[in-house]
Amino acid sequence: MTAGIIKTSDGRWSPVSRSNRMRSLWLAALFALVIVLLAASVTVGTRNVGWDDVAAAMGGAQNNIDRASVALRIPRTVLALLAGGALGLAGAIMQGVTRNPLADPGILGVNMGASLAVVVGVAWFGMSSLYAYIWVAILGAGCAAIFVYAIGSLGRGGATPLKMALAGAATSVTFASMVIAVVLPRGDIAGGIHSWQIGGVGGATYERILRVLPFLLVGFVISLLSARKLNSLALGDELATGLGESVATARAVASLGAILLCGATTAICGPIGFLGLVVPHLCRLLVGVDHRWLLPFSTLAGACLLLAADVLGRIVARPAEIDVGIVTAMIGAPFFIWIVRRQRVRDL
Amino acid sequence: MTAPSSTLAVVIAHRRKRARRHHAIIATLLTLVAVTFGVTLSIGQSITPPSDVLRVLLGEPVPGASFTVGQLRLPRAVLSILAGLCFGLGGVAFQVMLRNPLASPDTIGITSGAGAAAVFAIVVLSMTGPMVSVIAVVAGLGVALLVYALSFRNGVAGTRLILVGIGVSAMLQSVIAYILQSAPAWNLQEAMRWLTGSVNGAQLGQALPLLLALIFFGGLLLVRGRDLETLRLGDDTAAALGTRVSNTRMLVIVAAVGLIASATAASGPIAFVAFLSGPIAGRIVRNDGSVLIPSALTGAVLVLAADYVGQHLLPSRYPVGVVTGALGAPYLLYLIVRINRIGGS
Repeated sequence: MTAGIIKTSDGRWSPVSRSNRMRSLWLAALFALVIVLLAASVTVGTRNVGWDDVAAAMGGAQNNIDRASVALRIPRTVLALLAGGALGLAGAIMQGVTRNPLADPGILGVNMGASLAVVVGVAWFGMSSLYAYIWVAILGAGCAAIFVYAIGSLGRGGATPLKMALAGAATSVTFASMVIAVVLPRGDIAGGIHSWQIGGVGGATYERILRVLPFLLVGFVISLLSARKLNSLALGDELATGLGESVATARAVASLGAILLCGATTAICGPIGFLGLVVPHLCRLLVGVDHRWLLPFSTLAGACLLLAADVLGRIVARPAEIDVGIVTAMIGAPFFIWIVRRQRVRDL
Repeated sequence: MTAPSSTLAVVIAHRRKRARRHHAIIATLLTLVAVTFGVTLSIGQSITPPSDVLRVLLGEPVPGASFTVGQLRLPRAVLSILAGLCFGLGGVAFQVMLRNPLASPDTIGITSGAGAAAVFAIVVLSMTGPMVSVIAVVAGLGVALLVYALSFRNGVAGTRLILVGIGVSAMLQSVIAYILQSAPAWNLQEAMRWLTGSVNGAQLGQALPLLLALIFFGGLLLVRGRDLETLRLGDDTAAALGTRVSNTRMLVIVAAVGLIASATAASGPIAFVAFLSGPIAGRIVRNDGSVLIPSALTGAVLVLAADYVGQHLLPSRYPVGVVTGALGAPYLLYLIVRINRIGGS
């Protein structure tokens, strides 16, 4: 398959497209990986559980510790699957919409915006229902996205990756200190400060997942349907317009999908960063840059990575746990630096 | 023959005018620091008359005032000023060197490095007092060097330095979160102080090392101030003007990080002071000379005023870092409006 390989500016050979047979193989492999990780997520942890107990717990039995812990791990696993998929997909969309290799809901401050909105809602407006959380988080994510894009795209040269990343980092720092400002005088909710700074999937329940599911589904559908539009955008604004694509609408619709995904995820898990950065880059190596393949791949790979990070967080510090947001940052930040080092300065 | 000499006279007069304006700005800022200092000392939960404040400062025992002013307010105000000076100077050095108003030590990892080390020392190694500060300073420098090394590829470009800094900062934040997650409750309070930045419980003993750091690193920066200002013009132009670019950059990084890390060690990372002082001072100074000293003074005013607001003017008491942190969002908004108008980078 040499026809689909081009030489990039830094002298590397990189795949633009792969044969569909290759892609299908990778897709099957990813599905298999998801299943293996699902199994691992249910069985591995502070207490490792045998298969017979898992089977019994699936049937609703909770009459010994192993079975009870499985019953707790199942919603957690489902949440990790959904959140990972959502963040991976959102990252791919953001990188496509901004044509920026460093875009990620964490780095661009979108997750922190959702976090701040929820904290303000809880502390000042006595918000308590889960639906309110989700709506407010989505609203916060949207405002943060617009805010960061506005700061990052002003001045000479438009929205360069550097300016976007800096605007996102500065906004994140601001929002993080505002979260502290809101929560600090409120002893009754202060126990939760930490959970609004670093995301985790430990607090999952079926009820929460069911509530957030409609939002995620809408987000998934909008995002996955915008693949063709993102392909046009990748050609540059002028060429895309020339091909009959309404560039502004395409950007707005795709971003809406990503914001729904990030906001809903953050409402349940708290801010989880770097997943959306790593996943699309890895997937591009596997399937090339065609968004019709890249988006579903990013969804699956995001789910894999978050499940793996969650399992890893449970194993490393036994018997304690490390929140999955910490694990993804520890994996993702070096990756971010690697991408930065790989690019030439002029391209940033 | 009169034409050239009169041009010369105009240039000289203009330079004198600029220098006078620069001195006037510094004098005004100094007065502002002094006034804020005076207000902080005399007005608090109770009001102490200025005469009593003066007597306490001169070392006379005054019943009541000796305690409230001498023991409570004075150390706090002194530490605020010193920390503000350090943050203001260190922050503006970074912004000038990297030619970007958003590239402050808050965003590129220096503060998180010092903070992570301090939290580690407090929670895991159960340390207290000066040792924590030493570790924070060393770690701040270490992180700066790490960022420098990671962004080294045929020389260090400012752009890459900023981006690598953001990545390293994110990692350190998650280290901090992890340590706090496993921290026992009795250490949590002290550790939180390291994350928000506060001058609560300040003692005059803390001020001395900070003062020494300020004199040493600040002096280093001011001596090389002219070279630093040429970096503002771009690396190539600076080199053409005779500045040794990488040498200057290395030196500025060490000095600025020394300032930031020492201040962080004493008061915790008071958010956004390093970030805000430079641009505010830049607006005041415009083109009338160096922005370094005005920025340091602006930092001092900011910390003093924010601490006062957090202590006395808000419904509940906030540490100073929370108040300055809340200033960050309006500033970013302002930056949008301003950059939009002038089209800067």
